[in-house]
Amino acid sequence: MYDFELRRPENLSEAIESLSADGAQALAGGQTLIPTLKNRLASPDVLVSIGGLAELQGVSESNGVVSIKAGTTHGVVAGSVKSYPALAALAANIGDPAVRNRGTIGGSIANNDPSACYPAATLASKATIITSKRSIPSSDFFVGIFETVLDEGELITQVDFEVPDVANYQKFDQPASRFALVGVFLARYGNDVRVAVTGASEDGVFRWSEAEQALGSDFSASAIDRLEVDAEGMIEDIHGSKDYRASLIKVLTKRAVKAC
Amino acid sequence: MPENGIGASSVRREDIRFLSGNGKYTDDINVHGQKYVFFLRSDVAHGKINSIDTSKAEAVSGVVGIFTGDDFVEVGGLPCGWQVTDRFGEVMKEPGHPVLAQGKVRHVGDPIAAVVADSLEIARDAAEVINVDLEELPAVVDMKAAVEGGTLVHDEIETNLCYDWGFVEENRDAVDEAIKSAHHVTTLELVNNRLVPNAMEPRVAIGDYDASNDQSTLYTTSQNPHVIRLLMGAFVLQIPEHKLRVVAPDVGGGFGSKIFHYAEEAFCTLAARKLRVPVKWTASRTESFITDAHGRDHVTKIELALDENGMFQAIRTDTCANMGAYLSTFSTSVPTWLHGTLMAGNYKTPLIYVNVKAVFTNTVPVDAYRGAGRPEATFQLERVIDKAAREMGMDPVEIRRKNFIQKDEFPYATPVALEYDTGDYDATMDKLHEIADLDGYEARAKASREKGLLRGLGINCYIEACGIAPSNLVGMLGARAGLYESATVRVNATGSITVMTGCHSHGQGHETTFPQVIADMIGISEDQVHIQHGDTSNTPMGMGTYGSRSIAVGGAAMVRATEKIIAKAKKIAAHLMEASAEDIELKDGSFSVVGTDKSVGWGDVCLAAYVPHNYPLEELEPGLEETAFYDPANFTFPAGAYACEVEVDPDTGKVDICSFAATDDFGNVINPMVVDGQVHGGIAQGIGQALREHAFYDENGQLLSGTYMDYSMPRADDLPSFVVDHSCQTPCTHNPLGVKGCGEAGAIGSPPAVVNAVIDALNKGGFDVNHIDMPLSPSRVWTAING
Repeated sequence: MYDFELRRPENLSEAIESLSADGAQALAGGQTLIPTLKNRLASPDVLVSIGGLAELQGVSESNGVVSIKAGTTHGVVAGSVKSYPALAALAANIGDPAVRNRGTIGGSIANNDPSACYPAATLASKATIITSKRSIPSSDFFVGIFETVLDEGELITQVDFEVPDVANYQKFDQPASRFALVGVFLARYGNDVRVAVTGASEDGVFRWSEAEQALGSDFSASAIDRLEVDAEGMIEDIHGSKDYRASLIKVLTKRAVKAC
Repeated sequence: MPENGIGASSVRREDIRFLSGNGKYTDDINVHGQKYVFFLRSDVAHGKINSIDTSKAEAVSGVVGIFTGDDFVEVGGLPCGWQVTDRFGEVMKEPGHPVLAQGKVRHVGDPIAAVVADSLEIARDAAEVINVDLEELPAVVDMKAAVEGGTLVHDEIETNLCYDWGFVEENRDAVDEAIKSAHHVTTLELVNNRLVPNAMEPRVAIGDYDASNDQSTLYTTSQNPHVIRLLMGAFVLQIPEHKLRVVAPDVGGGFGSKIFHYAEEAFCTLAARKLRVPVKWTASRTESFITDAHGRDHVTKIELALDENGMFQAIRTDTCANMGAYLSTFSTSVPTWLHGTLMAGNYKTPLIYVNVKAVFTNTVPVDAYRGAGRPEATFQLERVIDKAAREMGMDPVEIRRKNFIQKDEFPYATPVALEYDTGDYDATMDKLHEIADLDGYEARAKASREKGLLRGLGINCYIEACGIAPSNLVGMLGARAGLYESATVRVNATGSITVMTGCHSHGQGHETTFPQVIADMIGISEDQVHIQHGDTSNTPMGMGTYGSRSIAVGGAAMVRATEKIIAKAKKIAAHLMEASAEDIELKDGSFSVVGTDKSVGWGDVCLAAYVPHNYPLEELEPGLEETAFYDPANFTFPAGAYACEVEVDPDTGKVDICSFAATDDFGNVINPMVVDGQVHGGIAQGIGQALREHAFYDENGQLLSGTYMDYSMPRADDLPSFVVDHSCQTPCTHNPLGVKGCGEAGAIGSPPAVVNAVIDALNKGGFDVNHIDMPLSPSRVWTAING
């Protein structure tokens, strides 16, 4: 780890102020950033610790919307989100207890790891990402792997999820990391069905629009029998080929439908 | 079951300190004034070092010293402990293994330079400004390509072939003929996947030098401190034993990887002498992945010839064994004497020929890993038998049973040089049938089918040669060491006992089980006995712990020393009771004169030995302390039968292990609970190899599974509750405890059971799949199903 200056702002506005400094980076749960620093793969001059900010903590649920402050840990989401069980179940299955007690929803979404779970939930459930500057619909938020529309110094403060009629997340573990080798988050709002896929694409999280259309008119697993996911553009690594990942997307989507 | 002594499930006394955070590991040792070393390691698999400029690094504040290969030209290289002679009578190629790279780097992780500084961070900062002009060369990673030549790992030996070994060479033609003329030949090509040992505790070395008496001390994470003292002192640094102390305190797992003498040990010892400061190194997990000797990595073709009744006629194998870039301490013995001699398995195959080509590649050195050669032998044999059974339409249990060596045929000389002393393979198979509930299999398979899952049953047997090893025999085979073990039993004045053993406990439970033996022999309570190990300054010269040898060889040495103690104590007791020593009987901690009511307690005799007021001083020395060295007459031969049931999800390729049952014949058992634990751990590692673990190198020699993000270790929730049994016991005939050793069995016996089960599931599910190479990850199984 290289030397850096650690700032512990008292409140959100101080944090945003600190983040405007050159070479400043936000430190939330640190589940990605700390290992990166320890391996000397990043060298921020200033780390702005936002994990302890009360303004970034908590879950509220009203009128079919679950609002989660960005600094809320996976463990808290798993334990306290009642009106959106699929989301709580997703959070409960991230990492292990130590990770869930540190890792935050804002950190996960801002990082946009191609194998992370939250981006799929965010994209499937019509979420709005609220930042220190603006509100961004999830459909506009994710740009590519480890890339989002966030500007330098812009901080996620809250994520609002529209609670669907039914939803289910199917995660197929990468054997070593237990990140999603492929994860499919399915959410149904009447005839509007969203299928968001993580872990599979070289471009990061995406929506499988053919399946969404098919399921919109016939919400049954057999509705996508004739569909195939194009393996082109899928990730290929030591844990699975492009074809394997493409196949898993379909298998997991059908399982998600059956589980709803 | 007894509550004390041999056969009792005494609670592991060492766990109290481990579980309460009071274990003392090497990294817990901090020597006053110590400095820290960071190794600048190669990030390419093969390269020529044109120059190293350390001037900027030397200027970094807090740097104490910087070393490169040039500083180690005068000292020896890391030695290899076993010289293999090839099938043409030539000795193996043995290229140098410098402490720090000299001129060339040969694998990712090869140390180029070492910076010693006030803190690890300073050392690391300084290492970043060392300017190495490193010219990358093409890497050779694939063994077949390496054998064919082209890129050479070691230019000076003009080949990548370490040796081409044939065993038994005289059988070669007869085996060829038997295979040519056989009724049926089953052929299987397979890979025994390369593994990273992954001890929970990374390696640590601390060198210390005391100029007042010219004494060097090395604290290190080792399974065998005396071996390190001998190898490093005599072959690398030329420090005589009386000037070198090696201490291996609590060690958090070894699995073989901490047998070997590593460069960092020699570096810290020498740097401490040169710099006159203690020098400490603690491996990061990343360094563990690229510097701890890896395990396995064999590519094999095996052929099994059978007659029309399924009787085995001959076995021929052709294996390439990866040595990595350098010869690690016992690397050369693993694919030869620890592998070829096991190819008979539990069966009466009359003709066997094993060919092994040991190959240098630009990868981390490969050496013994839990089982060491025996898992590789067992895997190929038990896989080819399963395939043969399928091809011949035979039941996998029946084909094994009809080829078993029968219990009345022991001692049994195999065609690959071993003589098995005892065994009863039908008994373990019968027991397996019972504990694995094989009769209930069909009902379970039906339930799986109803869930849309494919169920399979895998059965296999194993035998291993443990209790390593008879010194005269291994000497003839090329070992450059004896493999006896030692013990000093020191009886204290008030009757408590300290045992100093050359074995080393790093998870095996010696501190609990060794006292059980002595308590049983003397009739005192176990807590009166303390086991001391891991320090060359206060234990007799011993060879350490590996090869399931500690109780069979070290325990035997302890028994011999205790027998001497008892013989002497009887003489003292005879004097105290004015009787003849021949008439003295020791029972339950009390000496009595046979046929009388006279007796004297253990404690009184011990006190008399150290306070010899009434003592036969003219005939007997005072004191009560004895040492014994024990060299075994033969290997021991634990054997067993394992069963694994799996469910395969045909849509995803995911394998779930539903049940795993193991019946092992370990001979006599000292502590059934500790033995259960050893078997559980071994099975977990074997399942890890079968389904998850893989040190995966790309064609450039980069380890793609170099972190836990990509190297898949088995977790508790990946495993079922194991059903294990060791009630089938044919005691070893040639050691005083009748024990065989249990540390490696689980890792040897389990991979074929898992793979056999998955292949069975796929075939029963209608998929014509003969083999899948380990690890049977979901993607590999899915790919096999989907062609």
